[in-house]
Amino acid sequence: MTALLDHLPILPIAVPLFAAAAMLLVGDARRTLRYSIAFGSLTVQLAVALVLLYQTTDAAAHIWPNGIGVYEIGGWPAPFGIVLVVDRLSSMMLTLTATVALAALVYSTAHWDRPGQPFHSLFQLLVMGLNGAFLTGDLFNLFVFFEVLLAASYGLVLRGLGTARVRMGLHYIAVNLAASFLFLIGVALIYGTVGTLNMADLLGHVEALPPDDRALFDAGAWILGIAFLVKAGSWPLNSWLPGAYSVSIAPVAAVFAVMTKVGVYAVLRLGTLMSEDAAAATILGEILYYTGLVTLVSGMIGMLATQHLKRLVSYSVIVSSGLLLASLGLGIEAVTPPVLFYLATSVLTTAAFFLLTGMTDRTRLVMPPAHEPDAQGDILPVYMAFGVTSPDPYGTEEEVGAAIPAAMAFLGLMFVCCVLLVAGLPPLPGFVAKFTLLSVVLETAPVVGARNAGWVLAVAVLATGIVSVVALTRIGMRLFWSPAQRRTPRLHVVEAAPVAFLVLVCLGLTAASGPVMRFFDATARSLHDPDTYIETVLGSRVASRTEGDAQ
Amino acid sequence: MEAVYALAIGVLVAAGVWLLLRPRTFQVIMGLSLLSYATNLFIFGMGRLEIQRPPILSGGEATPALYADPVPQALVLTAIVIGFATTALFLVVLLALRGLSGTDHVDGREPEQ
Repeated sequence: MTALLDHLPILPIAVPLFAAAAMLLVGDARRTLRYSIAFGSLTVQLAVALVLLYQTTDAAAHIWPNGIGVYEIGGWPAPFGIVLVVDRLSSMMLTLTATVALAALVYSTAHWDRPGQPFHSLFQLLVMGLNGAFLTGDLFNLFVFFEVLLAASYGLVLRGLGTARVRMGLHYIAVNLAASFLFLIGVALIYGTVGTLNMADLLGHVEALPPDDRALFDAGAWILGIAFLVKAGSWPLNSWLPGAYSVSIAPVAAVFAVMTKVGVYAVLRLGTLMSEDAAAATILGEILYYTGLVTLVSGMIGMLATQHLKRLVSYSVIVSSGLLLASLGLGIEAVTPPVLFYLATSVLTTAAFFLLTGMTDRTRLVMPPAHEPDAQGDILPVYMAFGVTSPDPYGTEEEVGAAIPAAMAFLGLMFVCCVLLVAGLPPLPGFVAKFTLLSVVLETAPVVGARNAGWVLAVAVLATGIVSVVALTRIGMRLFWSPAQRRTPRLHVVEAAPVAFLVLVCLGLTAASGPVMRFFDATARSLHDPDTYIETVLGSRVASRTEGDAQ
Repeated sequence: MEAVYALAIGVLVAAGVWLLLRPRTFQVIMGLSLLSYATNLFIFGMGRLEIQRPPILSGGEATPALYADPVPQALVLTAIVIGFATTALFLVVLLALRGLSGTDHVDGREPEQ
């Protein structure tokens, strides 16, 4: 049993990988088997993530001292081998990923997962990439997992085909490929100067660098930072985001909500590791603060300008990224716990909202024009290549599962919940997150001499709330109060339940905000204590050796 | 040798970025390919340019100074494979857009004259 527990950190990567491979062998006809593999894999991941979450808390301090677990892949100690590191931040991100992915998977079984390319395999690979990016302790492996999740997302964006999806998909792929090259250049520069790629090992080498090499290292770190900001959807590198997110189908967009946070995670992880170096931390903080603010404002303008609900939610993703980056940019340790709380709620919120848009889209009376077969009456070769027969196979309703009664009332209720969450109004956790953030910022910013920055951020946070309310109310009125142009869609339990589940999880976060905040406090403490992280990762060599002697 | 190597990377990046900003999908994919070559050469160069030094140790006691750094070579292999795969995928999307929209403009429609 303990042997199995030791190998837990590899499971979030291995399980979806094998599940994805196994599902390729299962044909379309045996859908039940495919579903059971997909659900089995995600349930195991959620369970593993919860166990890891427990192991990193103080309640289980005897398992991993300081709440940091190191898993040596291949048994080579860091920095020579590649390690996975589980700390509070990564286990929290793993849990979020598994929760959102499970909800999206249930939702996708309504009719979103067919026909076409192997949806479930790509979905598992996307989750594997996310998990790997959160777990790895090695810069190059971070790149590899980024590529895994991006490659899977390229396939998922294109689901359903249609000119708009392919066009936006093309932009999305081009931007992200270019960002990946930046990532590689940054990694290569860092390796070329310090000679290591292990995140924990970097700091020790950086301090010993001669000034010339130091400049080169800084250039590498900045280039890497730009790559992360592209993924995080930071202005001015985010014009691909609303397009790609709003054309992709609802369950895919929901998981993409986690994907933007990978960029924020990487900034947080490397930023705190490098924070020992005061000069670099200050510049990094200023840049993050200002780009974050501009991102936030650009997202708000987008929210006000757009007429389409899914696009609006995509802009709210940008707003949340901006808010996270700007608050992190203040460089105040006390801000980190509310930031993490906000990160968790905003992931759950946007995921629930994206899932909801899949259902509200169907209330439109005017369906998108059906595919017209071309002159010979054949299907376009493009569609045949992608295994679909029409541009939008999701327009038609299939009879799947039981429909729920009072569909409009349910949609309305969920919509109101999502609006409250996005805007940050009580009683949902968006309020708790923003409130604690504001109180901490206003309390501590003057102390560290950032009074104006703190006030600007506070105003911006409040402005996002009012802008979200205005923009969403406008769309909500059109959606629910103009019944002449609308019709009541059939809602299936498998579609309604995941949205309700995510909203309930959010409610749970409010109810349990005390313990959750305490966990985030501990997370922030361990993040801002990079020495412990470094000692634990590099010292695992010593630990495993003594353990071996004892045996 | 370093100067020639650096110039080659510079020319590749310049050409790649210029092509990447062009409006035709074929130019974009050529630009991405050139950028990926430049990146791969750059990673390789970060292991320092050395001649006639094997990257793999042979014999029990070896002087590291006589060997080239194997890590960038391993990294570059991974980067080549990933870059190749994503470029191939981009090619598929490019052809799909061409088939759906009937034009090779990146926006799926010709700009108005």
